Amino acid sequence: MRAPLSWIKEFVEIPQAITAEQISDGLIRVGFEVEEIIHQGHDVTAPLKFAAVVSIEEITEHKKPIRYVGLDCGEGQTRFVICGATNFAVGDVIVAALPGAVLPGDFRISARETYGKVSDGMICSSRELGISDEHAGIIVLPKDSVVIGGDAIEGLQINDVIFDVAVNPDRGYALSIRGIAREVAGSLDLAFTDPVEALRNVTFPDTGNGVSATIADKATASVFYLRTLSNFDPTATTPIWMRRRIEKMGMRSISLVVDITNYVMLELGQPLHAFDKSKIKGGLTIKRAGKAGAFTTLDGQVRALDPDDLMVVDDDQPLAIAGTMGGAFSEITEATTDIALEAVRFDPVCIAKNSRRHKLSSEASRRLERSVDPSLAQFASARFVQLLTAHSSAVHVATVVAGEPVFPERIRINPEHVSKTLGFEIAPVQIAQVLRTIGCEVDEKNFDIQPPSWRPDLLQAADFTEEVARMLGYDKIPSILPPRPLHASLTSTQKRRRAVASMLASRGLAEVQSFPFTNQATIDAMGFVGERAATFKLVNPMSEEFPLMRVHLVPGLIEVAQRNISRGAKDFAIFEMGSIFRSSQKLETSISPDLTKRPDQKIIEKIFASVPNQGYHVAGLLVGKLENENWQGKARAYNWQDAIALAQDVVSLCNLEWSITRSDLAPWHPGRCAELIVNGTVVAHAGELHPRVVAAYGLPERSVAFAVALSALPESSLVNPTTVGTMPAAVQDVALIVDATVSAADVTAALRIGAGDLLESITLFDRYDKIGEGKVSLAFTLVFRASDRTLTGEEVSAMRESATAVASQKLGAVVRTA
Amino acid sequence: MQPQEIATWIDDARKAFSGAPDLDSLKIARLAHSGDKSPIALASRGLGSMSPDDKASYGKLIGEAKAAIAEALAGATALLEAERDRKVLLEEVVDITLPVDRAHRGGLHPISIIKNEVSDFFIEQGFAVEEGPELESGWLNFDALNIPADHPARTMQDTFFVEPIESGMVLRTHTSPVQIRTMLTQTPPIYVICPGRTFRADELDATHSPVFHQVEGLVIDKGITMAHLKGTLDNFARHMFGPDVTTRLRPSFFPFTEPSAEVDIFFNNRWIEWGGCGMVNPKVLVTCGIDTDEYSGFAFGMGLERTLMVRHGITDMHDIVEGDLRFTRQFGVGL
Repeated sequence: MRAPLSWIKEFVEIPQAITAEQISDGLIRVGFEVEEIIHQGHDVTAPLKFAAVVSIEEITEHKKPIRYVGLDCGEGQTRFVICGATNFAVGDVIVAALPGAVLPGDFRISARETYGKVSDGMICSSRELGISDEHAGIIVLPKDSVVIGGDAIEGLQINDVIFDVAVNPDRGYALSIRGIAREVAGSLDLAFTDPVEALRNVTFPDTGNGVSATIADKATASVFYLRTLSNFDPTATTPIWMRRRIEKMGMRSISLVVDITNYVMLELGQPLHAFDKSKIKGGLTIKRAGKAGAFTTLDGQVRALDPDDLMVVDDDQPLAIAGTMGGAFSEITEATTDIALEAVRFDPVCIAKNSRRHKLSSEASRRLERSVDPSLAQFASARFVQLLTAHSSAVHVATVVAGEPVFPERIRINPEHVSKTLGFEIAPVQIAQVLRTIGCEVDEKNFDIQPPSWRPDLLQAADFTEEVARMLGYDKIPSILPPRPLHASLTSTQKRRRAVASMLASRGLAEVQSFPFTNQATIDAMGFVGERAATFKLVNPMSEEFPLMRVHLVPGLIEVAQRNISRGAKDFAIFEMGSIFRSSQKLETSISPDLTKRPDQKIIEKIFASVPNQGYHVAGLLVGKLENENWQGKARAYNWQDAIALAQDVVSLCNLEWSITRSDLAPWHPGRCAELIVNGTVVAHAGELHPRVVAAYGLPERSVAFAVALSALPESSLVNPTTVGTMPAAVQDVALIVDATVSAADVTAALRIGAGDLLESITLFDRYDKIGEGKVSLAFTLVFRASDRTLTGEEVSAMRESATAVASQKLGAVVRTA
Repeated sequence: MQPQEIATWIDDARKAFSGAPDLDSLKIARLAHSGDKSPIALASRGLGSMSPDDKASYGKLIGEAKAAIAEALAGATALLEAERDRKVLLEEVVDITLPVDRAHRGGLHPISIIKNEVSDFFIEQGFAVEEGPELESGWLNFDALNIPADHPARTMQDTFFVEPIESGMVLRTHTSPVQIRTMLTQTPPIYVICPGRTFRADELDATHSPVFHQVEGLVIDKGITMAHLKGTLDNFARHMFGPDVTTRLRPSFFPFTEPSAEVDIFFNNRWIEWGGCGMVNPKVLVTCGIDTDEYSGFAFGMGLERTLMVRHGITDMHDIVEGDLRFTRQFGVGL
């Protein structure tokens, strides 16, 4: 919302000494962020004159049309200037910058020779004067609207300060000069004159029959003022001052009638709509569209009406999308002589829905969906009549009113609540004073408050507390630490996630965070199927390229890896932790329990249960070499063992025991993927990526990855460590020959079972696969230790033999003799 | 054998030892002056044939001479060994500036680091860290927070919706639904922060990302005032931006707080918008079944990306979201 200082000053007595910055600070202090202070005209220097075009000589030998224009600048003789614009004719009034003038951008005007002529000044466009972005041509003013030779800087009110103010959605009233001026006055403690006061007693006698007004459903609109005017001369033009104010607000001057509707909306905050009365059949009614249909709005667009759309209709057809945009059929034209002016206090939700359904946010809908002062339907429409009859031949015919304004309800508050909420003492008398400043009527005895008509947002004590706080200044609130609760700590899950991340980081993996979006092509390329491929589709994705929620972390890691590779990285390891979104359940239609009390426990649980479970995973991708190669020599490539080791380390770090088996899960190499199992649940996969995936994404050959479902890991119990034995250890080596299809994990497990409780550790120190006949040799070091004695040679031999016996029996292992 | 002769042996030995240029020469000198065939050894062996008187006096002299020779030998040996060591170790010198950094440098994402930093600070203050789902019920994300459908406040947040739209399921636009979940499942006093990933349908540019992170705080207790909110924010700001930072509250609007405020910090000589805050709107407490006569509370929320960017002078959001290792590795495991 823009607000020119010159306009604010109409309603606030601002002493000369107060600077624009002080006003801006004042607005910020009471909750209106000033996004920009525009000092318009500070870089424009006279002489800038209104001038009449007396002659035009077209110069045609150049690439673009050039005119040599004779101007009457009120100097008694014609002044000639070169001009590149063509949107004017002899007799038109324009703005001329004479030699010596300076325009924005330090553009100094002087008499100079150009296109073979002497140009003794310049005809200006709005943009050249820095007063708007309009640059379709030079400024052409209505004849007789200004004095030829008059000072255009003054005449166009170029020198002004314009505040660009951000208005929060609860303060619809401030989408008006009236509202902003009230805040400036309140913040700086200055006298404020409400422009509505001058309109309170304005009435216009009825001289004929007006168009009738009806509200079909009181829930959609409370009050509807319809003022009929006739005898309008459509050649009437907008006065310069009004046109300039509209331009300063960032809008364009269109025609006198439309300009006045906009002017009054900007001044008071009430959107108005003017219909060409000759197009109206019968009366106007506010009602729902009721059925689908096509409707052409005045921007020329054909819009499909929804039966729920709130419309303004006549006896025949819809004429406007209520509060949002008028229709092309009944819009004011150059032939309009009779006017029906609509001013309605619409229900904000109806207008918000209109606006949303048609993706049409207009100046009108923006205000109406934020609630408009219900008293304004009367006053703003009166202001329209006042202005139109003053600036044209139009006369008031009749005023028809349907419904009546509904004002905010009185409310009683406890003034103690204010102090209790803000944390410092404020006397009731001061509270009452502040509330009066913002327009409330306050009965100080019992704090019975009538909020002002423009404040539908003041509904509970907290709302008044905010008003008191912002008018006194939030800087008055002291800074005190709250009572400190006894204790808090991270949950075991949170601690676990941190430990895993730190471990991976210290192992040389860099953490990345990718967007959790994906697409079907990626899911297919990875080879995900079934419930691992089922996910959620976004209604409104950032791009059609990524309309789905991710089902796995590895694709995101691959994308980040590709980006790094494309930027020159070769050898690296990355990991990500985060949620994945597999749609294991169908989404139910939402339930929306009443908000005025806590929903039933059953309902709460139903809402919680309606949210799909979102697994929390950690995954890593390792590409290229294990180390950076340098003068010390070559490095080996990352291999499947590295990925599996990391997955195992993640699970082990969580104090969980796991078993390992081979898997053929996508996106891994079916022969080189391990899965880790904890308590019978598969919790991790790791190994070499599928060669097809590696090729499809241009990763270095044999890139490897792991993924651990952290949310599938059970809680680990408190560690209860065994005492460390200090008796000597006995070391035994055994070599076993087994079929190559027998896994090392199975052999190790068999040896463990056979070796018994005194086995302290078991290490596979050699694997030899060149012995042929589909056999491999596995050599283990077994370390035995008893806590209470030195083991004898016989004991150790017996345990070793028992170990190999179990391996032989279970897996057909043969002890290899030297 | 005269005593003077014995003194000569000592002198000779000393001269020979100290004159030896290296350990090999010293070995030859040792054999000559204290070996089996050295004069002193021969004299020592000759003691047996002496008279008891001579034996006593010569024995003493010879013993002293042996000790003096041994001492001279030890001194010379030590000197020569030190010199040899010096030479040898000098020859083994290497260029210890050679690059040895073969290991890949890992690290946490800066957002994780700052999230941990914030969590640790509040844990220290007695706040628990609550988390919740990213795909969230619209009722928890909006309605329960006093953001009704079709209220302009909803358009403040461009929301990602999930099919079917009737499910009302959204990618949470803030971590506030975690506050609602906390209030629906716990009883006051409540002191929590809710860090996490959030979503808004903004185009990715230098300062916006459709996927970003927030940390919110919620306190519900007896007698909680806006002064407590201010104290908490002052403390938090000092922790994040240093002891010299000052904060400022500005009136603002959020449907879930009343009064509402923006919190600005004065950092690097300018005011910067840091986050939003306010007293929890009694309507929200009512929906969560918290007695507003007994309890009041405050809430606040900040963007972690914004906090990181402001504090570290990061000018482009792309660096944070793209996962370029050259960016992430600058942080190691700490900021």
